[in-house]
Amino acid sequence: MSETPAISRSDVANLAKLARIEMTESELDHLSSELAVILNAVARVSEVAKGEIAPTSHPLPLVNVFREDQVAPSLTQEEALSGAPASEEGRFKVPQILGEEA
Amino acid sequence: MIRQSAADMAQALAKKEVSAEELTKAHFERISTVDSKVKAFLHLDTEGAINAAKDVDQRRSRGENLPTLAGVPLALKDVMTQKGIPTTCGSKILEGWRPPYDSTVVTNLKRNGVVILGKTNMDEFAMGSSTENSAFHPTHNPWDLTRIPGGSGGGSSAAISAFEAPLAIGTDTGGSIRQPAAVTGTVGVKPTYGGVSRYGLVAFSSSLDQAGPCARTVLDAALLHEAIAGHDPKDSTSINAPVPKVVEAAKRADVKGLKIGVIKELQGEGYQKGVLDRFQESLEILSSLGAEIVEVSCPSFDYALAAYYLIAPSECSSNLARFDAMRYGMRTGEGSAEEVMNQTREAGFGKEVKRRIILGTYALSSGYYDAYYGSAQKVRTLIKDDFARSFDKAEILVSPTAPTTAFKIGEKSNDPLAMYLNDIATIPVNLAGVCAMSLPSGLATEDSLPAGFQIMAPAMADDRLYNAGAALERELLAKWGKPLLEMAPELL
Repeated sequence: MSETPAISRSDVANLAKLARIEMTESELDHLSSELAVILNAVARVSEVAKGEIAPTSHPLPLVNVFREDQVAPSLTQEEALSGAPASEEGRFKVPQILGEEA
Repeated sequence: MIRQSAADMAQALAKKEVSAEELTKAHFERISTVDSKVKAFLHLDTEGAINAAKDVDQRRSRGENLPTLAGVPLALKDVMTQKGIPTTCGSKILEGWRPPYDSTVVTNLKRNGVVILGKTNMDEFAMGSSTENSAFHPTHNPWDLTRIPGGSGGGSSAAISAFEAPLAIGTDTGGSIRQPAAVTGTVGVKPTYGGVSRYGLVAFSSSLDQAGPCARTVLDAALLHEAIAGHDPKDSTSINAPVPKVVEAAKRADVKGLKIGVIKELQGEGYQKGVLDRFQESLEILSSLGAEIVEVSCPSFDYALAAYYLIAPSECSSNLARFDAMRYGMRTGEGSAEEVMNQTREAGFGKEVKRRIILGTYALSSGYYDAYYGSAQKVRTLIKDDFARSFDKAEILVSPTAPTTAFKIGEKSNDPLAMYLNDIATIPVNLAGVCAMSLPSGLATEDSLPAGFQIMAPAMADDRLYNAGAALERELLAKWGKPLLEMAPELL
């Protein structure tokens, strides 16, 4: 993987779709050339990552951390909704999620 | 009064030579005089801070036994939630949001009677090395207002170097506490991963993020470190062990017989001459104090930057999925929930954040996962191994904190790779989860700007940073005849 990884404009458009960001045409142009340069620089990780090396995903060797299952004070419904762009009857109010007419 | 150390302020408060209210108001006065130039703050909580200060004064007058830092003001990086106070992370997507809860760091600060003056500017979601990626405005380095104050915590470093606050909170994912400290002539510590709770720290890269103290002296950083650190059941990655005795270590300041490892890979090409000269001078000072200097080699550090720019974007692409325009934050656009989400994220995120989300989405996508994210995780193991081997040979490791002094605002903002290189010496520490400090080593000869000296120690040996840092600081202070910040130009 020493050559520049090819990343096309349509690749970036697909990534933007996956990441739920509606990018403008000029952003897509700009990012596809930038990403090629960045990927070329970071691809060198594969040079040394050959063979049997255990991956590290986290600095601490923690497995499951449990706490006692106790009831404790938490946010009220009002507090939880305090930052919502819209709410109704104590619930988050969101735009239509399913495609068809309700 | 505002130019004193936090430790001296705390003492004056305890002796009732000054009230917390007076001290707080003096800082707000300083802020109103200089912050139009420095632009360190995004939000000031004048009323809340003065009320908190009055509360401390009342408790003191009743004869209550108060914590050391009670009544001392602090600037809080805008990535930490504080109940009812705007928390933007430097992003439009969170503009106007007032969190309904306190982060554990803020809870600990309040318990210690620390007075929170306001929220400081930062690169959007802590992604950057210059604070130019803030959606609101850049922050200016008090040493030269045309230069960057470092990043992502440039607001915090600028606030303490401009005497707008004696203490600040930063967060460090790849160097965001240490590099700003280096370029502003201040002290910054990235504690051991898990040493300070991440509850209420808006996540960028969860396996790397760590909050820590920013201050003007090593002892001040230690006092703040002990105030905010400790186990927190609300953070499942919080270490359940006693906090290292960092205040005691800062007071000990004795490096006689200490083995110090100089990392071969973190010097030379790419480092400014004046930065390297100051680094050598500090090494000679430590040696003259009886420390034994050895060279260590960490060959995998050459791959740390590449691994970081895969791991951090991968984690951020997942973490920032929470900004979905549904439950809090910005909502804009029309149509279905998905369309609104797409339009909100387009309008709400800045250039660098989008760049990293897309990069992370790519690195995690099927077909590329092994080559990119998988390989980066293996490099992380190699870096941990390099640290472990080096810590067998030396009790602390050292390097320059950043390869250069503060650069000009705008100089690197269109070249992401050049910008990323600022973090070349700080990133390995985050990948391994160990701890590190940056303290000023003096001014680089060619531009008379501050250079940083980095000290690294094994996980949960944070006290070693403070012991060695305080010893070096004492000797440098004697050499300079006054604190480095007293050599900075007056802002008035």
